[in-house]
Amino acid sequence: MTARVLVGVKRVIDYAVKIRVKPDNTGVVTDGVKHSMNPFCEIAVEEAVRLKEKKLVQEVVAVSCGPQQVQETIRTALAMGADRGIHVEVSGKDYDSLGPLQVSKILAALAKKEEASLIILGKQAIDDDCNQTGQMTAALLDWPQGTFASELVIEGDKVKVVREIDGGLETIKLNMPVVVTADLRLNTPRYATLPNIMKAKKKKIANMKPGDLGVDMTSRVEVLRVDEPPQRQAGVKVESVEDLVSKLKEAGRI
Amino acid sequence: PMSSRTVTNIATEQAVNTGPMFPPLQTYSEEETMMREAVKKYAQERIAPFVSKMDENSSMDTEVISSLFEQGLMGIEIGTEYGGTGSSFFSSILVIEELAKVDPSVAVLCDIQNTLINTLLMNLGTEEQKEKYLMSLATDMVGSFCLSEAGSGSDAFSLKTKAEKHKDYYIINGSKMWISNAEQAGIFLVMANADPSAGYRGITCFIVEQNTAGLQIGKKENKLGLRASSTCPLTFDNVQVHEKNILGKVGQGYKYAIGMLNGGRIGIAAQMLGLAQGCFDHAVPYTKQRVQFGKRIFDFQGMQHQIAHVATQLEAARLLTYNAARLKEAGRPFIKEACMAKYFASEVATLTTSKCIEWMGGVGFTKDYPIEKYYRDCKIGTIYEGTTNIQLTTMAKLIDQEYDS
Repeated sequence: MTARVLVGVKRVIDYAVKIRVKPDNTGVVTDGVKHSMNPFCEIAVEEAVRLKEKKLVQEVVAVSCGPQQVQETIRTALAMGADRGIHVEVSGKDYDSLGPLQVSKILAALAKKEEASLIILGKQAIDDDCNQTGQMTAALLDWPQGTFASELVIEGDKVKVVREIDGGLETIKLNMPVVVTADLRLNTPRYATLPNIMKAKKKKIANMKPGDLGVDMTSRVEVLRVDEPPQRQAGVKVESVEDLVSKLKEAGRI
Repeated sequence: PMSSRTVTNIATEQAVNTGPMFPPLQTYSEEETMMREAVKKYAQERIAPFVSKMDENSSMDTEVISSLFEQGLMGIEIGTEYGGTGSSFFSSILVIEELAKVDPSVAVLCDIQNTLINTLLMNLGTEEQKEKYLMSLATDMVGSFCLSEAGSGSDAFSLKTKAEKHKDYYIINGSKMWISNAEQAGIFLVMANADPSAGYRGITCFIVEQNTAGLQIGKKENKLGLRASSTCPLTFDNVQVHEKNILGKVGQGYKYAIGMLNGGRIGIAAQMLGLAQGCFDHAVPYTKQRVQFGKRIFDFQGMQHQIAHVATQLEAARLLTYNAARLKEAGRPFIKEACMAKYFASEVATLTTSKCIEWMGGVGFTKDYPIEKYYRDCKIGTIYEGTTNIQLTTMAKLIDQEYDS
C-alpha cells in the first residue's frame, strides 16, 4: 500500500486577470495582482485527495517553492484535503529566476526525504507554460513518468495512466514509484468547503530552504526580454474564392 | 448661556487598540480571505446558472439549498461539535455578501439561517435543544423566524398570536405573515404572547417543528423581487407545543427579538452591499464596451461622474457594514452602527441598481440581462428587518442618549 503522495502546487497570477507587461519589459506586473493556485495543480491536489479517500494512499503532502505568500497556496491545498504542507523558501533573485530545473531538484530531494512513492504535479503552469517540471523530476529520480494524465489508477504496486496525446489516448502501466502530471480532464477539483478551510488552519506547514535539501539554485536560463503578443490585425472581407486566392498570393502566403 | 462642551464618543474615539498597527478596515484574516474566495467560486459555478430560472418560477432550487449545506454555509458560527463550521460572525457577513452578488434570494436564506435562527439557538438554547436542533440546522434543516403579522410589522410587539398555557404545554393560535424560508423550513421560531395582560412582556419564543398539527403554511406571496425566497403567511390552529420547546424564558421574547435583530441588521446590510456590488460589476464592463459617438460610453464625463459617485457610495456602505460587524465581534456597542449600515446599504442598493439600468440603456431594461433583477430585488432592503424609518428612529434615540448631560 502506497504511503505518501507528494503534490507540487504553484502560486501563479489568477487565470482571469488581464496580464500586463512591465514598462521595462523585464517581466509582467505582479504587484497588487490577484494570484491563485495554478489550475493544473488544483487538479493534481484533487487527484491525490481522491486517492486518499479511496484509502489507496495514506498521506498527501503539498509542496510549494517561493516567498511567504505561497503559504496561501499551500493552505488552499490543505483546505482541499492535503494532510500537511512543506514551504520551501525561495525569494528575491532566486525566486525571479526560479524555473523547472531548480523546482524538480527540490521535488526530487523532498521525494527521497519524505519517502514518497507517488508524485503528482500539474502538467504545466499557466504563467510560463514550461511543461518540464514533471519530466525533469522523474529523470532526476530515475522514476517512470505518466504525463498529460486524464486517468490514473493504482493497481497494487503499479500505476495505470491514460495519457492525452496528439493521436488520441495512450494507456501505459508504470512501476511505482512514479511521477504523474495532471491534464485538464483528469478530474474536476472540489471547492474548499468552509469547515475544511477551518480544519486547514490546524494542519502543519513545515518551512525549509533549498540549501537544507542540498539544492543549487543557480539558473541556467536568463530572461532577456518580455513583450506583449503582437496586436491582432483587422481582417479583410473578400467576395469570392478567386478574390481570396489572389489576396493570399499578394500577401505571399501561397 | 450654553457653554461649549466637547463631546466624547467613548465607543469610537477611546477604544484602545492592543495591536501594534492600525490596519485599514478592509483587512481580513487568512481564513476570512479563503472563505470569501471559496464562496465566490462556488456561487459562480453552483448558483449563478440557476438564478434566472429560480426568479421566474418564484422557487428556490433544492440542489442550490443542499449545496449551501454541503459547503458549510448554513452553520457558519455553529460549533464543530454540532457539525457546524465553527467560524465567526464576520465570516458570515462575507459569505452573505458574496452570495448576494450572485443571488440576493439565496443570500437572504443563508442570512436568516445564520444571523437569526442559529444565533438564537446558540445563545438561548438549553443543552437538550442544542443537541436536538443545531446539528440539523448545520447539515440539512432550514429554519424560519416568525414575528410579523398582518396587523403588526414595525409595531412588532403588538402581535396578536397567543400561547395559552395548559399544564406542561401551550396551545398557540394566531397567524403570521411575510415569513421567509417558510416553504423550506423544518423548524419555526415563533413569537407568541403567553400573557397578553402583560403586553409585550408576555411575548415568548417557541420552537415549532414543521410537521406539528395545526401549523399551516399558506400560499407564497407573488413578489416584485427576492422571488426565489419563499415568503408565506402561516396559520396556527390550536398548535400544541411542549414547554420544553420554549427558547429562553417566558415573557422575554421581545428582548431576544430586539437583540437578535441588531445582528441580523448587519446581515441585511451585507446582503444589500453584495447586491449593489454584483449589479455594479455587471454594468461597468458594459459601459467600457458600448461605443456611441465614436467612444466608449464610459469615456463620457457625465457617465464617469455618475459611476464614481456610485462607487463612493458602495465603498461607504462597505465600510459601515464591515465596521459594524467588527464592533459586534469585539463585544463593543454596535446598535447605532448596525442601523446605519442597514439603512445606508439598502439606500445605496436602490441608487446603484437604478443607475446601472440607466447606464445599460435599453438592454438594462430587459430580462436577458441580470441588471433588472437586482433593481427589483433591492427594494425590499429598505423595508424588511426594520424599515428605514425605524432604523432612523432607533439611531435618533441613541444619539439623544449620547448627548444627555
